[in-house]
Amino acid sequence: MSNATQTGPNPTAERKPVDLAAEFLDRSTPLSRVRNALHRYPALSPALVLVIAVIVFGIISPRFFLANNLSLITQQVAVVGTLAIAQTLIILTAGIDLSVGAMMVMATMVIAQTATQNNVPAPLALLLGLVVGLAAGTLNGLLVTRLKLPPFIVTLGTLNIFVALNLLYSHSASVVGQDLPNLITATGNTFKIGGIGITYGVVTMLILYVIMAFIMSKTAWGRHVYAVGDDKESARLAGIRVNRVLLSVYIAAGAIVAVAAWIQIGRADAASPNAGVDLNLDSITAVVIGGTSLFGGRGTIWGSLLGALIVGIFRNGLALAGLDVLYQTLAVGVLIIVAVALDQWIRKVRK
Amino acid sequence: MTLTSHGIPAGRSTAAEPTLRATGLVKTYGRVVGLDGVDLELFPGEVLAVIGDNGAGKSTLIKCITGAEVPDEGHLNLQGNDVQFKRPQDAKLAGIETVYQSLAVSPALDIASNLYLGRELRKAGILGSLFRMMDTKLMRANSKSELDRLGISTLQDVTVPVENLSGGQRQAVAVARAAAFGSKVVVLDEPTAALGVRESNQVLDLIKRLREEGIPVILVSHNMPQVFDVADRIHIQRLGKRAAVITPQSHSMTDAVAIMTGAATS
Ligand SMILES: Nc1ncnc2c1ncn2[C@@H]1O[C@H](COP(=O)(O)OP(=O)(O)OP(=O)(O)O)[C@@H](O)[C@H]1O
Ligand SMILES: [Mg+2]
Repeated sequence: MSNATQTGPNPTAERKPVDLAAEFLDRSTPLSRVRNALHRYPALSPALVLVIAVIVFGIISPRFFLANNLSLITQQVAVVGTLAIAQTLIILTAGIDLSVGAMMVMATMVIAQTATQNNVPAPLALLLGLVVGLAAGTLNGLLVTRLKLPPFIVTLGTLNIFVALNLLYSHSASVVGQDLPNLITATGNTFKIGGIGITYGVVTMLILYVIMAFIMSKTAWGRHVYAVGDDKESARLAGIRVNRVLLSVYIAAGAIVAVAAWIQIGRADAASPNAGVDLNLDSITAVVIGGTSLFGGRGTIWGSLLGALIVGIFRNGLALAGLDVLYQTLAVGVLIIVAVALDQWIRKVRK
Repeated sequence: MTLTSHGIPAGRSTAAEPTLRATGLVKTYGRVVGLDGVDLELFPGEVLAVIGDNGAGKSTLIKCITGAEVPDEGHLNLQGNDVQFKRPQDAKLAGIETVYQSLAVSPALDIASNLYLGRELRKAGILGSLFRMMDTKLMRANSKSELDRLGISTLQDVTVPVENLSGGQRQAVAVARAAAFGSKVVVLDEPTAALGVRESNQVLDLIKRLREEGIPVILVSHNMPQVFDVADRIHIQRLGKRAAVITPQSHSMTDAVAIMTGAATS
């Protein structure tokens, strides 16, 4: 990149190649340099927002940095953060999954009820939860790839189907934590690092992030997911089995949602058929704020963790500052709009 | 020189079986007839140009012989074996590489990732076999040396995302990918449309080099001087049909244009 613009256009320079010069200028203004950097590293802007938010809320409220509060934030982020991994995979393919919340609740109820009412051993009950996630993901994937329906419509449909199936299955009855085997509520148990209580659910989420970030950036499958989301037809012509990749993405998302179900049971110390369906929107929020493009093909797994943390920290920090809940909601709304507007602006780098 | 009805030099048609033979290809899009019973023969080590007006069915023909589209009717034969390509992957596995008119590059991926898209190399040992880790370093190094070998000088840094490249450079990426991996046939649908004079000549040199290596090339082009410079035979496509097959020796450019537009028959 040239530094010509920092000294301003040279008045003695030839006037003739105006259009060339304009293109040159556009590429090297400080603003477009920022844009290029953001384009190359989509997690950069959420990382900045997170750092600034931590500093600002830390200054506003002395309670923000207390060990108990930091521990609370991580616990509040664990479930949405895990769902956001699944959501990231799907949004990277230029899709969207409205059913992750309902899918998760369905898995929690199957885990809790088989363990309590059918006396299924805890590991097997968790495995059944995984089967539910895999089956639900497969259903979404088949509807998207075989019937060629838009993911928005497919998952809007399955969202309702999963909610109904779940109410039928669970008879709208909750299961409390003390009735459940220890293994199933273990994700809510804590241990201490530097005085901050961390739950095993948070650790599970972080392990999933490490695994999925590795898969997405280091394996051929991850690269194919990006290629499919970037330009489906080009990916197909380049020899990628697009439908296979899409189906596998929905199935993988289902598996991740099942893990989120386990974390949710530990966090709530209960399994309730009426809580968590609306986490679908929170997971989309985390992904979008985390810098992943709704148009597909651009974004990172780690960005979504940053997005989930930003939402968690805004909610927590604004509450500590004594503001009404409505201001938390307002702030999240503004964040979403800003994130998507930023994405649009960044995408203009493309010629 | 005596020519058979398909423009094949008389001595040659008996000497060699075609590397690729398509017979009776039909492809319709709803009520639009893209291909209306087209035959095509590609002989070992030759450059076959395909010319024709816009909408004559050149790209449809290319797509039907490279698995991008499945023809409604017709047969494909590769080196004496009947083949059916249900998807581009099938044709690639059979050794046919293609530069499509739309280029088919992934904008967000870098040059090396595009060259190796769908055939990524894995690391040696347990990292590759168990953890499925790609060998990004090796793919980048190979891409670089392959671009040097092909004489494509317009692409310097293989880690640049394709979306940051000019139209001509993107075309160079697609051409490099086809030339690097095409082991039996290389198919190029208007590969020089966005290229400057120097880059166009590089692609023509590349086509000649492939011919020297014995790899037959199908070249779709609107550029008559180019076609007459590089082609051994010229397949003229008109209104979804093969109007004629000529050679640069048997016909002039004016003749070719006349056949293309229907002003003359072969
Ligand atoms: N996907 C499609 N859907 C509908 N019609 C199509 C499609 N692809 C091609 N056609 C039609 O088939 C015919 C042949 O098109 P084709 O793209 O093969 O022409 P071409 O010879 O490659 O033209 P050009 O020189 O402009 O590239 C045209 O009438 C076109 O409108
Ligand atoms: Mg065409």
